[in-house]
Amino acid sequence: MMQVQLTVNGAAVTLNAPENTLLVQALREHLNLTGTHVGCDTAQCGACTVIMNGQAIKSCNVLLAQVEGAQIATIEGLAQPDGTMHPMQAAFKDCHGLQCGYCTPGMVMNAVDICRHHPNPTEQQIREKLEGNICRCTGYQNIVKAVQQGAAAMKA
Amino acid sequence: MGAIEFAKLPHIGESVLRKEDYRFLTGAGQYTDDITLTRMTHAVFVRSPHAHANIKSVNTSAAKAAPGVIGVLEGKDVANDKLNGLPCGWLITGTDGQPMKEPPHPVLALDKVRYVGDHVVMVVAETLEQAKNAAELVEVDYEPLPAVVDVRDANGGAALHDVAPDNHCYKWAIGDKGLVDEAFTKAAHITKLDLINNRLVPNAMEPRAAIGSYSRANDDYTLYVSNQNPHVERLLMTAFVMGLPEHKVRVIAPDVGGGFGSKIYLYAEDVCLTWASKKLNRNIKWVCERGEAFLSDAHGRDHSSHAELALDKDGKFLALRVHTDANLGAYLSTFSTCVPTILYATLLSGQYATPLVYAEVDAWFTNTAPVDAYRGAGRPEATYLLERIVSRAAFELGLSQDEIRRRNFITQFPYQTPVALQYDTGDFVACMDASQKLADVAGFKARQAASQSEGKLRGIGYSSYIEACGLAPSNIAGALGARAGLFECGEVRVHPTGSVTVFTGSHSHGQGHETTFAQVVASRLGIAVDAVDIVHGDTGRVPFGMGTYGSRSISVGGAAIMKALDKIEAKAKKIAAHLMEASDTDIDFANGEFTVRGTDKKIPFGTVALTAYVPHNYPLETLEPGLNETAFYDPTNFTFPSGTYIAEVEIDPETGTVRLDRFTAVDDFGTIINPMIVEGQVHGGLVQGIGQALIENCVYDRETGQLLTGSFMDYAMPRADDFPEFKVGHVCTPCTHNPLGTKGCGEAGAIGSPPAVMNAVLDALAPLGVKDLDMPATPHRVWQAIQSAKA
Repeated sequence: MMQVQLTVNGAAVTLNAPENTLLVQALREHLNLTGTHVGCDTAQCGACTVIMNGQAIKSCNVLLAQVEGAQIATIEGLAQPDGTMHPMQAAFKDCHGLQCGYCTPGMVMNAVDICRHHPNPTEQQIREKLEGNICRCTGYQNIVKAVQQGAAAMKA
Repeated sequence: MGAIEFAKLPHIGESVLRKEDYRFLTGAGQYTDDITLTRMTHAVFVRSPHAHANIKSVNTSAAKAAPGVIGVLEGKDVANDKLNGLPCGWLITGTDGQPMKEPPHPVLALDKVRYVGDHVVMVVAETLEQAKNAAELVEVDYEPLPAVVDVRDANGGAALHDVAPDNHCYKWAIGDKGLVDEAFTKAAHITKLDLINNRLVPNAMEPRAAIGSYSRANDDYTLYVSNQNPHVERLLMTAFVMGLPEHKVRVIAPDVGGGFGSKIYLYAEDVCLTWASKKLNRNIKWVCERGEAFLSDAHGRDHSSHAELALDKDGKFLALRVHTDANLGAYLSTFSTCVPTILYATLLSGQYATPLVYAEVDAWFTNTAPVDAYRGAGRPEATYLLERIVSRAAFELGLSQDEIRRRNFITQFPYQTPVALQYDTGDFVACMDASQKLADVAGFKARQAASQSEGKLRGIGYSSYIEACGLAPSNIAGALGARAGLFECGEVRVHPTGSVTVFTGSHSHGQGHETTFAQVVASRLGIAVDAVDIVHGDTGRVPFGMGTYGSRSISVGGAAIMKALDKIEAKAKKIAAHLMEASDTDIDFANGEFTVRGTDKKIPFGTVALTAYVPHNYPLETLEPGLNETAFYDPTNFTFPSGTYIAEVEIDPETGTVRLDRFTAVDDFGTIINPMIVEGQVHGGLVQGIGQALIENCVYDRETGQLLTGSFMDYAMPRADDFPEFKVGHVCTPCTHNPLGTKGCGEAGAIGSPPAVMNAVLDALAPLGVKDLDMPATPHRVWQAIQSAKA
C-alpha cells in the first residue's frame, strides 16, 4: 500500500491504495468519480482521458505513484458549481457531439485541452488531435463541430 | 391519428436538443460498471486458448484455495444444476425440409472447447485482482484438435459438433431456381462476381458488463447488464436456460454505451452471474476487458459469395443468381441463423425491378467466435453484393453507374419483389437525383483531371440501397422461424398535474429515444417536451418490450406509444365531454386543448388530467378514474428505408493509399421527427460502413484459429482523421402502414456505404486494369491489386 496526496477537481485528496493502482482505478474505485471510463486495455481509446497538470493524459496509463502532488481535472469537475456546463460541454450538446455517451467524458476533456493549447483550431487540426479518442457512434463529424464551437466559446 | 396529420404537429421535424445529454456530459451517466452493490464480488472467466480442443481435465483446487476466492464454477457445476444451454431464437428450415442443426451451446464448456475465448471456468473473488490471480491457478488440460477457421474450409474440416459432422448447419434457399436458370439462357450479357464480406468486430465503446444479484429475503434475482433488450434477455434466460419464473428475475439495462447488435444476445456470462449470485449468495460483477470482448462478443458479416446477374441488351436486369457461404462461428448465437437468410436474401431485389432472383445459402460452423447481427445484419451483405455486381455490370457494358441503376429502378408502389418482400413506398429516382446534385457529380470530371495532374487516380462509386426495418409482423416472422413475437409495448402515464412518464420496450443506447419519443408525446398532447420523461431498460418498470435492433425503435416502439396515446386521447375526451356537458363525439383535441365543436367552450389538457385523478365531478359510473394506458403494436409490414450514396476517392498508385475525398448520402427515412438525431445516426453508420470498406478486418489465423486482430492496436477502428465532412440529404415518402410514417434510420449508413466506397475504388483503378478487390481496401491490398494487374 502507498499513500499519495493530490488535488482532484480543486479538492485536496489523500489516497491509500496498492502500488499497482492506476489513476483511472483511483478515480473510479477510490473516489467514486465514475465519469472517467475504461474502453480498452491498450491505451488506444481515450475514454479515460483526464487533464493532469494542464495536459490531457490517458489515466489508464498512469500509476498512482506518478501523481503525487498532481492537479487532476475530471469530467465531474468541469461544470460550474451550480451545474452550468462548461462551454465545451454545452457545445457538445448543441452540436449533437455525443450519442451513447461512453467516450464523451474523455472526448470532452481532450477537446478542452486541445482548445487551451490551440485557441483557433482548424478542422484538420481537430481531427488529427482527436486521433487518440475513439467514438463508435457519432462518425466524429458533430464532435469536430462541437470542438470548433467550444473553442470559440472558450475564448469569449 | 394518421401519419400525414402526425407529421404536421409541432415539434415534429424539430431538432430538439437531447434531454439525456446533460448526464452524459457531466460524468453522471450510470453504465453497468459504474454501479456498485453491497458486498460485491468480482468474476473473471477462464477462456480457451485453443480454437478446438478436448478438455481432458479441469483442476480448480489451487484456485479455490487462493486468497479472497468465493467460488470457482465449471461446466460440470452447470450440468449438476441442470441449466440448459443458450438457445437460438430463430429456427431455419432447410431446402430438404429438415430443421437446421442445433448443437448445444453450453454456458460453461463441457468436454470440449470450440473457439479461442470459449468460456470454461468462472472464478469469483472478493476483489477483481484476487479473481484474476486465482484464474491463473485454474489448470485445464487440453487435447488440441485441428481447427476449421475460414468458411471456405468448413466443408470436410474437423467436425465441431456431433450433430453436424460436416460442419453444415443448413442449406436454405429463396426464389424459383428453374425460372432463374432459364432466364440466364436468354441473357444478352452475364456479369459474374465472387466476393467476401469481411468479418467485423462490433466494438461498442462500453464493453459488455453485468452484475448478478440474488435476494434470499425475496427469492428473486436482479441482473444489471449492458444489453439492448432486457425483456428478451430475461425471457431467454428464465424460460430456456434456467427454468425460472420470469417474475423472479428483474433485468436492468441502465445506460448502455453502444450496442450495434452485439448486445442483443443472451451471453453465457449473463447466465453465469445470475446463477452464481444465488449459488454463492453474493452480488457479482463482471466487466469484459477489451481484449476479451474481441474474443467473445458476437462478430458480424463473414460471407463468401458468388453472384451472377443476367441482363438484356439494354442493360435491364433479367435475373440474379446467388450462392453464399455464411460463417456462423462455433455456436448459434441468439439471432445468428436469420441473419444470412431472412434478413439477407430477401433484400437481393434491392431497388430494382429484377423479375427473378434465386439465392442459396449454406451456413457453416467454424472454430471462431459466434457470428450474429451487427449494424444492418444481413442487409449490408445483400446490399454489398448487389451494388457491387450492378456497378460491375455497368463497367462491363460501358454504361455509367447511375444510368444502369436508373434503367432498372422500381417506380411503381406497392411493389412485390420475387424474394418475399412487398415495398410499400419509395422514390428511388428522387434519391438518385438529390444525391447526384448534392455530390456535385457534374464537377467530377474536373476533379478527376486535377487528381490526374498530381499523379493520383480519382474514382466515383454509387450505391442505391434498400433495407427492411421495423422488425417485424409477428405472424410473418413466426412463419419464417422466429421463436418470439416482434411487437412493441408502450405505456403512457399521465400524472395528475399533466406531466407524463412513458415506459417503452425500446431501449436507447445512443439513439436519443429520451428526446425523440418525448417529442412524439409532447406533440400529441400539446405539452412541453420537458414535461415528458421516457423510461426504458428495466423489466421492473416497463410492462414488456422486445428492445432495439433492426432500426425498429421509432417505427414499432414509437407506434406502440402512438396507440397508447390514442387510448389516452379517447378517454380524455370523455372526461372533457363530461366537464363541458357535451357528447364526447363532439369533442376535438388539438394544441393541448379540448373544445366542443361549434361552440367556444374549451378546457386545457392539464384540467382533464387533474380531473382524472381528482374525480369529484366525473362520470364514475361509466368511466374509471386515472389516465394511464398501455398498448402493444404489431406492425403489418416491414418498413423500407432507401437511398443513394455517392463516394469519391483519390488513390495514390505508388503507395495504394485510398483517401476518401467526398461522401454524399441521401436517404428516405419517411417522416423525420428529429433531424439532428437522424443525421447523427447516418454519420455513425457511414463511419462503420466506410470503416468496413477501407480499414476494418477481423482476422483469424487460418490454421490455428488464433485471433490476430485482438486489440485496438491490431484491429483498425475508424478515427476522426480518417474522414472528410459528409454531405447528408433527405427525400421523404412516408411509410404507409404505421401511424408515424417513419421507416427507421439506425443502420442505413452502414448498409449503403461499403459498396459505394468499393465501387469508387474500382472506378479509380479501372484504367490500370484492376477489376476486382475485396474489402478492406487497405494500401497493401490496393498496391498488390495494381501490381497484379500490371503483371
